[in-house]
Order: sequence, then C-alpha cells, then structure tokens
Amino acid sequence: MPPLLEMRAIAKAFPGVRALRGVDLTLHAGEVLALLGENGAGKSTLIKILCGAHRPDSGSIRLAGAEAAIRSPHDARRAGVAVIHQEFNLVPALSAAENIFLGRECTRAGFIAHGEQRRRAAELFARIGVAIDPGALCRDLTVAQQQVVEIARALADDARILVLDEPTAALSHHEVERLFTIIRDLQTHGIGVIYISHRLDEIFTLCDRIAVLRDGANVGECPVAGTTREQLIRLMVGRELTEEFPPRATRPGATRLAVRGLRRGRAVRDVSFEVRRGEVLALTGLVGAGRTETLRLIFGADARDAGEILLDGAPLRIRSPRDAIAAGIGLLTEDRKGQGLVLIHSVLENFALPNLDRFSRLGFVRGATERREFAEMTRSLRIKVSGPAQRARDLSGGNQQKVVLAKWLAKNCEVLLFDEPTRGVDVGAKFEIYTLINQLAAEGKAIVMVSSELPEVLGMADRILVLHEGRLTGEIADARTATQEQIMQLAVA
Amino acid sequence: MLPFFRRHFADYGMLLVLLLLCGFFSYATWTAQTPTGPEAARGVAREIVRTAGKNARVLIAVRQHPEDALFATALEQTLTAAGATVVETVQGEPRAARAALQRAAAAGPLHAIACNAATASWLVWPDAAADFPALGQPRVFAPATSRWPTFLNGDNLLNIANQIAVIAILAIGMTLVIITGGIDLSVGSLIALSAVLSALLIRDCAGAADATALGMILACAGGIVACGLAGAFSGGLVTVFGIPPFIATLGMMLVGNGLAYLLARGQSIYQVPQSFTWLGRDADLGGLPNAVLLMLGLYLAAHILMARTRLGRHLYAVGGNREAARLSGVPVKRVLLFAYIVAGLLAGLGGVVMASQLKSGSPTYGQMYELYVIAAVVVGGTSLSGGEGKMFGTLIGAFIIAVIQNGMNLTGVESYTQKVVLGLVIIAAVLLDRLKRHGWRGE
Repeated sequence: MPPLLEMRAIAKAFPGVRALRGVDLTLHAGEVLALLGENGAGKSTLIKILCGAHRPDSGSIRLAGAEAAIRSPHDARRAGVAVIHQEFNLVPALSAAENIFLGRECTRAGFIAHGEQRRRAAELFARIGVAIDPGALCRDLTVAQQQVVEIARALADDARILVLDEPTAALSHHEVERLFTIIRDLQTHGIGVIYISHRLDEIFTLCDRIAVLRDGANVGECPVAGTTREQLIRLMVGRELTEEFPPRATRPGATRLAVRGLRRGRAVRDVSFEVRRGEVLALTGLVGAGRTETLRLIFGADARDAGEILLDGAPLRIRSPRDAIAAGIGLLTEDRKGQGLVLIHSVLENFALPNLDRFSRLGFVRGATERREFAEMTRSLRIKVSGPAQRARDLSGGNQQKVVLAKWLAKNCEVLLFDEPTRGVDVGAKFEIYTLINQLAAEGKAIVMVSSELPEVLGMADRILVLHEGRLTGEIADARTATQEQIMQLAVA
Repeated sequence: MLPFFRRHFADYGMLLVLLLLCGFFSYATWTAQTPTGPEAARGVAREIVRTAGKNARVLIAVRQHPEDALFATALEQTLTAAGATVVETVQGEPRAARAALQRAAAAGPLHAIACNAATASWLVWPDAAADFPALGQPRVFAPATSRWPTFLNGDNLLNIANQIAVIAILAIGMTLVIITGGIDLSVGSLIALSAVLSALLIRDCAGAADATALGMILACAGGIVACGLAGAFSGGLVTVFGIPPFIATLGMMLVGNGLAYLLARGQSIYQVPQSFTWLGRDADLGGLPNAVLLMLGLYLAAHILMARTRLGRHLYAVGGNREAARLSGVPVKRVLLFAYIVAGLLAGLGGVVMASQLKSGSPTYGQMYELYVIAAVVVGGTSLSGGEGKMFGTLIGAFIIAVIQNGMNLTGVESYTQKVVLGLVIIAAVLLDRLKRHGWRGE
C-alpha cells in the first residue's frame, strides 16, 4: 500500500532566505509522525506548502500514491489535509456546529439546516469522546474545547492527514492527556498525524516516528523506540547540549517583593507570597489556575479587588503598568506578539519604548543613546537582528523574546515577572534564556516565573508555588528535591 | 548616498506619483505664454534701445484696456528714462493708430513702434512705410512669446499651495489620529464652527469692521480653542468610555455642524475688517502666501514631533499595538487624548484660515472636507490600521489631490468629471502603495 503522503524534494525560497532545500517527508496511514526542528528550520514552511498556503518552487506531493496538485487551501481541504494551527481558525461569534460546517454547510432548499448540523456535530463529538454542546458559541468554549471543535471539523471533512502545530501549548496537563487519547483513537481509524511540538516528552509518549529538519533540510529520521532525548536534541541543534538547564548556584537574600491577599474575582483568590533577592520563584499549576492573572495584578495590568504589594517592606501604589514600571517591576507577557511587542515597528523602537524617559531630554529622543544601548544589549544577549531598523515581526520567536527581555533589562528592573518565558522558543534559544535568568538572579534580582512545563519549573526554580483555581495550594520550598508527580498532585488538588 | 535615496523613495513613493502628475499636467497645459504687464514692457524697451539707439523716436500702441494701460505706462517710463523719445501713446483701435502715424510722419522719422502681443498683428504697420514715406522704415517691437506650461507658472503653483493649505493643515491632526488607530470625522464641521465663531466674535466683541489686530487674534483664538475642546470631548468619549472613534467623532461632526448654523443663524458673517484677509490672502515673505508658510511651519513641527520626540514614539506605539504599549508604560489614554485635541485645534486653525481667505465666516464651510483630509492622509501612505505613517507623506498626499484638481481646472474638465477622476486616482494611489508593500498576492 502506498504511503498516505509522500513529499519529495520540496524546495521553497523567499527573498533572501532558502526556507526549504529539497525536503522529503513520508507519512503512513495510522502513524503519528513527529516533525521536529528549531525555529526557522523550515517546519512551518513545509506545512504551509502541504496545506496550500504556499506553493513550492519545486518538488512533488503524492497522496496515497497519486500525484496531487495543491494550489490553494481549498485544494488541500478537498484532498483530505487538515491543519490545526496554534492560533485556531474559528469564528468566535458562531456556534461549535456552525464552525465545524463553515464553508460546507448542510442545507435544505438553500437554507442552513441547523438541526441537522447540530445532530452531526454531536455525533462527531461523541466519536471523539468529548461532551461539547454543539450550539455553544466558540468564544464561550475553553481553549481545549475549541481544539476539539477544530478536530471535529477535520473529521467532518473526511481528512486523512491531520497536522497539529504545537497543539498542547495552551493546554493543561489534563487536557493534554485527553488530546493524546483522541489522537490515538484517530490513529486506529487510519488517519495519519503530523505532530509538531517543542515538548520532547510528548513526542516520546505519543509519536511513532520522528523526522528532524534543520536549516531547511532533512537531518534525520528515526523511530521513537530506541531514540534518546540527547540524540534528538543533538540532531535538532547540531551541537551537544550537555544538559538542558544551566547550572544554578544562587543564595537568595532578603525579601524583595511581597504580595498579600491578592484577589480578583474568581481568577485570583487570596494569593500571598514573597520573593527574595536572587531567587527564582516558579508559579505553576494548570492553565486557568490564575498564574498569568496573578502576574498581571502585580504589574497593574488589571485592577485588583483587594491585596497589597510591598517592595522591600514598603507598600506600593500600583494602579497601572506605569506605576509598576516606575517601581522597578517588569513583565514578560506570555503572549509575546499580542502584548509584548509592537510587531510592525523596529526592534529598536520596541526596545526603547519603556526606556524613553531615560533616552530623551526635554521630550526629544536622543537617537545616539538609544542606538548605543541597543547595540550593547544585542551583543550581551546575542540577539540576532539585521540591524536596529529590522521589524520585530521578522524575528524568530527566541529573538523576539530576547528583545522583550532587553526592554526590561535596559529599564534596570529589580523584579522581573516572566510568563512562559520559553513558549514557542527553540531549544538553543531556550538554553540562552535560562542562562540569562540565572545571571539575573545572581545579580540579586527577584524573579517570578510562570511556566506550564514542569521540567522547566524543576530545572530553573529555587522555590515552587502551585496554584489551583485561583488559590495557592502548595509550596515546595526546595525545588531540587521536587518531582513532577509532586507538583501535579498539588495542581489538581 | 544610494541607500539614502532608496530608503526615502520607499518612504515617500507617493512623491513619484506627485511628480508624474505634475509632469502630465505640464504636458497638457503646454501653450504659448505671452508676457504682459510692466516686466514685459521693460523687455520691449530694452530691445528698442538696443537696436534703434538711445535717441530713437518711438510710437506706442496698445488697446483700450486696463492691463494694456499698465504696459504702456511702464514702457513710456522706461524709454524716456533711457533717452528715447515717445512721440505718442495710442490707446484704442487700428484706426487711431493710423491717425497717430500720420501725425508722427508730420514731425519726422520714426524708428520704432512698440506694441504688445495684441497690437503687434495690426495690419496698419506693414503698410506704414509705404503710406507715410516721411516715417522712414519703423520696426515693430512686441514682447517675445515663449512656450511654457501654464501649470508650471509661479502664480499657478502658489495658487495650488494656497488652495490646499486648509486641507493640509487639517491633515496633520488627522495623521496623528489615524496613526493612533483612530479616525476623526468631525474636522470638516469644526472648520465651519471655528470660522463662524471667529467671525462672530470679531463682529460682536472686537468691533466688527473696526477690529484691531489684537482683537482679531483673540477672536480667532476663541474659535480655535472651541474646536480644541470639541476634540477633547471626542477624545474623552474614546478614551474614558471606549466609544469607537468613528461613532464618537460622527456625533461630534453633527454637533459641530449644528452649532455653526445656530451661532450664525444660518447666515454668513462678513462684518470683519479688510485686514482680516492678511492670513489667507497676503504674501509677506518672499512671495509665499502666509497660509502656505503657516502650513509648511506646522508640517515641520509635526514631523519633528513624530520623528524625534518621546510623544511621537508613544503615538506610533499606541497605534501599533495598544496593549503592548500600555504594558510598556505608555500613558495610552493621555496620548490618545492629545491626538484628538490636536486634530480639533488644527481644524479650528483651518477654519480661521478659510474665513480669512473668504473674508467671512459661514456655516457652509468645510463640508465633506473630512473626506478629502482622510484621502490626503491615506494617499500619503498612512495605514488606516494605525502605527504607521509619515507627516511629509501626508503633505504629498494633500498636494496630489490639489494638483489633480488644479490640473483638471486648467485643462477644462468639468466639475462632475473631476470628482470621478479624483476618486479613481485616490483608489489607484492607495492600490499602488499596497502593491509596493505587499506584492500582487497581498501576502
């Protein structure tokens, strides 16, 4: 039987970049194939070609042995290719059922047959094994539920090939488990799944085979069984990473930031904790446990119902991000593109934005000063930019994160709040960001880090706080002795 | 040098469109230009003295026409000053010229006949030597004609600048607002409000036609400040209550328009001193109209604001990503409020300029101007989604609109057709800009 999908010698160049230099990819029915590679390795371009968003410069695509011409997303959909992107393609104001049948509605005499659609949507949900009301508006669904709607849409389209791009990025541990169950079920129905993720653990749990891309070319393909983490990482980055986390040697000092009785609606309920100088405090828990919300309250991004924030024992009056920044607090948001950067502006302007007070005299920006500081910062953080005028949106995820970090370092923040600092960042850049966090801690800054990745929490933190439904449910005073199971037990408490 | 050009060409690609338009209208208005007036007269006089000598005896012939009279006077003065003798100056028909030739023949030989473009072709001249041998062989002198585009005449170019000054001044404020991701539909009706209020204050408080300069300045300041308050009100609705700018300023547009009519009781207010037209009609510095100078000064200031100051960076950041700007400590609400207040103040100033140009204040001023202003901003390359745009781009956009209107007037295109063409050109300009930035596929 011919493979479900055969991509042969796919090449694609963009102005100035050869994104793909003859990549091969084979997917068999009932197989979960992990597609791995650092950011910029060519994974997204390959997937965009598969789903018709880009057209290859050369190369061929065969579906079930037959030559296929995929010229548009419409062609791809008809050929049975469904891609679920990190950002979902759902219309928030339409119901789950309407979204599933969007573009190919069930009609009766030219009118949409809502009853029929809901019935069929309910069947699909039942087949997947998830209870979602087909009539519920998508904006009222959780991220995990929206993902299920996307999967249901793929099934409704009779997709044979399902591409999942970082599907677990916004899911809690629980929801990831359920997603895996769904994928395994699809597998038994002969659907081929291409699974893209930075989370190696997931790949070892879920996938059958691994294809690794680097710099737009295949660098390796191997079955999961018999492959080690170290081998994979080496393939991806092309160099030896002795360990994923840099060594830490810090001695926390006096209490820097203290939070007392922080409260906002149902999201954050009576949260109190302290962070000391030179300490990395991890705030973890399932998605929706109130971790991001807690950081936003400290930073003044949202108004708090109650609670006190103290710096060095003195209460702070924080009513807006401006107040927080003035007090020396910096926030790296989890949504880098939506909240951390002005994507259409240059990296220099982004870097300068919170620092303009310092970079200007009498309201006039001193161009030389900001450019000099930016140059220093790009050197010390090893940010890869073509120049200060490069637009932020043209950087890779890791470099974007470094620009955000540079903003706050130049501001000389004493307290840094990191929300998912390595989300969507490739392995090499992750390591650099970890090193930086350690360096900052060593300089005596107080760091609060929110992370969903338990290995990251265990590898980076001095102390771990676990949140569940807006409440602190546990503290692990010495992160070195903690285990993932221990954290998970507190998180689901 | 080359990167410098490349960068500025990319930034101001619309400059090319403007130059192409200028080139086209220059070509379309390429006609024979006949100089008139004192300058032309002095040229003719020089030519006569050069060829016929200092002691030349000259007859001047022009039509019965005020402009011709000016020409004749200047000619007579220049010739006399150079030592030549003007035997007679004829103002009238060929018949009168013939009589004058007869009289001159009685007095002696004639060396030159000085004409303007109209009288040089009279049939009496070729016959003069034969009819009156006593004259000798008088030569006919007339101003040299040249071929030159009417469009490129200095007066016409200044006229274009003067015509667009009001829209261009408003477009500065609109650029600020659009860069922050908003829109201000009220500026057109604020022109009327400001013009009416300023004229009203001059009539009722500053002594009508006898108003002093200070009185007029205070009255105009009143009109401008009122518009600034209107801008602050729109901005307040947008920032404090989160009302979409389109709706908030649409409301303000109606309010402003209605207020202008109420204040003026539906009439035009013209009881202002003659000197009120100083701002709109006079040209004090190097022949540049005052309104144009004011416009250029404002553009320079606005460019510096946007390119060099912290506030400018904040304006761009708020439009580029409001949440990211807020989380970076930008005082988003204050920045937005600033943009709307400036848009209001500049609309008020535009109203004062317009009242000064027309020497009255009327509630009918500025209708539809908000659309021309938005068109100028968008043609100038500012993105309606905010965060991007250049001040001088807007100036170029305003000039593109002005040049199209002026060029079509010169080439005799009727006004309805003009609107169609203007609309299509605006669409084409923006399309061109989009293609330049995003390519044909719109990626």
